[in-house]
Amino acid sequence: MLGWELPPHNSGGLGVACYHMSKALAISGANVDFVVPYEAEHTGIDFMKIHSATSLSPLERYGLGAYDSGTVIEKSLNEADIDDLKDMRGVQKRYVKFVEKLAVSLKPDVIHAHDWLTMEAGMRAKELTSAPLIVHVHATEFDRSGNENGNPLVHEIEYQGLIMADRIIAVSGITKKIIIEKYGIPADKIEIVHNAIDVTDFDDGYQYDLRTYKYLEALKSEGYTIISTITRFTIQKGLDNLIKAAAKACSKYDKLAFLLVGDGEQRDDLIRLAADLGISDKIFFTGFIRGKQWRDAYSVADAFVMSSVSEPFGLTALEAAHHGNAIILTRQSGVGEVLNSVFRYDFWDVDLLADQIIGIATSDVLKNALQDDVRKEYAKLSWHDVAEKFMNIYMSMCRVGIA
Amino acid sequence: MNKRGIVLYLHAHQPYRVRKYSVFDTGINHDYFDDPAYDTERNNEQVFKKVADKSYRPMNAMLEKLLATHSEFKLSLSISGIFIDQAQQWAPDVLDSFKRLVDTGRVEIVAETYYHSLAFFYSITEFEHQVEAHRSKIREIFGVETKVFRNTELAYNDSLAKWADIYGFKGILAEGWDPILEWRSPNFVYKPTGTENISLLMKNYRLSDDVAFRFGDKNWPQWPLSADTYNDWVNMSITDKSIVNLFMDYETFGEHQWEDTGIFNFYEAFVGKWLENPVNTFYTVSGAIDEFEPVGEISMPYTITWADTERDLTAWLGNNMQQEALRYIYAMENDIMRTNDPELISDWRKLQTSDHVYYMCTKWFTDGDVHAYFSPYESPYDAFLYFINVVRDLRWRLHNHHHAGGLNG
Repeated sequence: MLGWELPPHNSGGLGVACYHMSKALAISGANVDFVVPYEAEHTGIDFMKIHSATSLSPLERYGLGAYDSGTVIEKSLNEADIDDLKDMRGVQKRYVKFVEKLAVSLKPDVIHAHDWLTMEAGMRAKELTSAPLIVHVHATEFDRSGNENGNPLVHEIEYQGLIMADRIIAVSGITKKIIIEKYGIPADKIEIVHNAIDVTDFDDGYQYDLRTYKYLEALKSEGYTIISTITRFTIQKGLDNLIKAAAKACSKYDKLAFLLVGDGEQRDDLIRLAADLGISDKIFFTGFIRGKQWRDAYSVADAFVMSSVSEPFGLTALEAAHHGNAIILTRQSGVGEVLNSVFRYDFWDVDLLADQIIGIATSDVLKNALQDDVRKEYAKLSWHDVAEKFMNIYMSMCRVGIA
Repeated sequence: MNKRGIVLYLHAHQPYRVRKYSVFDTGINHDYFDDPAYDTERNNEQVFKKVADKSYRPMNAMLEKLLATHSEFKLSLSISGIFIDQAQQWAPDVLDSFKRLVDTGRVEIVAETYYHSLAFFYSITEFEHQVEAHRSKIREIFGVETKVFRNTELAYNDSLAKWADIYGFKGILAEGWDPILEWRSPNFVYKPTGTENISLLMKNYRLSDDVAFRFGDKNWPQWPLSADTYNDWVNMSITDKSIVNLFMDYETFGEHQWEDTGIFNFYEAFVGKWLENPVNTFYTVSGAIDEFEPVGEISMPYTITWADTERDLTAWLGNNMQQEALRYIYAMENDIMRTNDPELISDWRKLQTSDHVYYMCTKWFTDGDVHAYFSPYESPYDAFLYFINVVRDLRWRLHNHHHAGGLNG
């Protein structure tokens, strides 16, 4: 298993998905060797062996901005300096070298690579061992850049990886469609395996602390409805439309507050936009938060909006559902393929989003129906079922055992 | 000896679907039923014209032919008031063809609520108004008096039967549901418990649903169903009994079962086969009641409908959104009526149509059986959202009218 992050050293959903998937696979009887590009303690992970490709700390790796390809990547691996660990390509080169050695000594039955970050390593491992390669696409460069552009070198790596893969896994129908349309890959090579949610993971004695968002709680007691989103503040996430919808909704119904949890390059623009629209006092920015504050942000909210322009899956919607939120999704969000009891809108449709927000805020019966019904739905999704699908895919690709 | 007969009863109805009526329309635009986009499932004109082509025109043509060919062929129709309104507006030829059917004297019109509402369960005053409005519309259009009553979605209980008895109907229709019938057969005329002069006809749901639901289903072991086989089944069912009540949506023919399933040819052939046997005939609902005395009493203390495996009202009132939506509507009754504003009253009544709350049903969504969700809306929550925005606009109009009271959200 070739990955880029695992909790608690993750910056987003990729690490969470990799963790649960590996765990469920291990329970299903797979021996999983998981490679990460950094060195750190992963307490609580005893179901698989974690291999560190470099001696970087997870924080140093964050500094690279690798996850969302925020830094400019221009070099091919040949040109990259393997000793320059401040450079994204240097780290990836080190990662590839490490995987080459590991693959030869481990002789895996299947190589399972997650996203472009590890695709080059996956291809090399396949070359050296002849083991079948599964490329698992959690997001493409088209999703990350939020438009038609994006980094040409990353596109190239993705294209190579998709061509070389024996089987491609897409986290949603939306992602599968992108792989077919933008990369020209035949549909029958791609299988959709949606992510799931592990509710027991949240079952750690957590209790909502009313004091964390004391001001929001005070607003709630005055009849305000809290609308939240928890995400990276990048173009891909469509937050400017959420703010425009917030302004539109507030023009009709005043008792609304918007909690924007996260950080990213768009943050200053969003603050400015809220001010331009005259609703700065309605929008609450928390910055990047973890742990209890992060869970309390779900708990304080009445409804959760995923405003993404392009969202391959969107695990946060399931987390929000678990914490009792009504869910509003763009039609461009893959998680919508596994949820029915939600509001949907097209990411540009500010009017409809405003209408839906006011509907939830002004009708308890609608809010409660959405909250209760989606709770019944997400609880049916399980990582165990995901692992079963992967075991079948693995089995179909190799005659013996799994690694 | 009376002949044994089929009581064929078809129900024709189209609602005024609510457009994507946003909260930003509330208090400004009052055109709830006119979706500006023609090519949507919410555009009532478009839907009516489409179904007219697929179902009403070819089916009425076939019925006219059957009536001309077979002097024994008879049937009964219920046509909701708002169906007639829409037909007058968008397909007057369809209404003319219904008139020609009724003019044969062998097609009976069944009474119901004008607005296809569940008013009986909320307001007897409003309910009776709608029954009367429907009776006079039928009188005006077809020149006939209705004598037998069917409630919306065949929602029936003992107190409805008592009401219909006192009101002067000679018959009433209900589902022939096994837990009610127990060992008894639906193929007889019954008397509702606690009534004096009214008879009860109960739907033979197996033989009705073979046509209405299963006919075109290729996964059904009996597919494809031939007129001969179906004729055998009906003959078997009626042995030693009086009638077989085949009740179904009119739109079964051509809309629920498309023409390419062979539904029209099948039915035409079946009618011919059935009448080949000289002891067989057809009855209208009144004809069956005149011909046969009730064989026993039937009691339904709880409401039974013709829908779903539950045969109850859960498809319309199963969740809080549906219950609240109708509660909001009926809570306005007095304020609406004392405006004497015909447009406002008419809009309010169109919102009572049971289809609106049906679109808010979530039971298929949470069961994961989304494909069972037939609706012009993306989800039950959208259906509720647009409806509640309309409810607010009604309140706003009331507020303007009376200059009193709050808007209540």
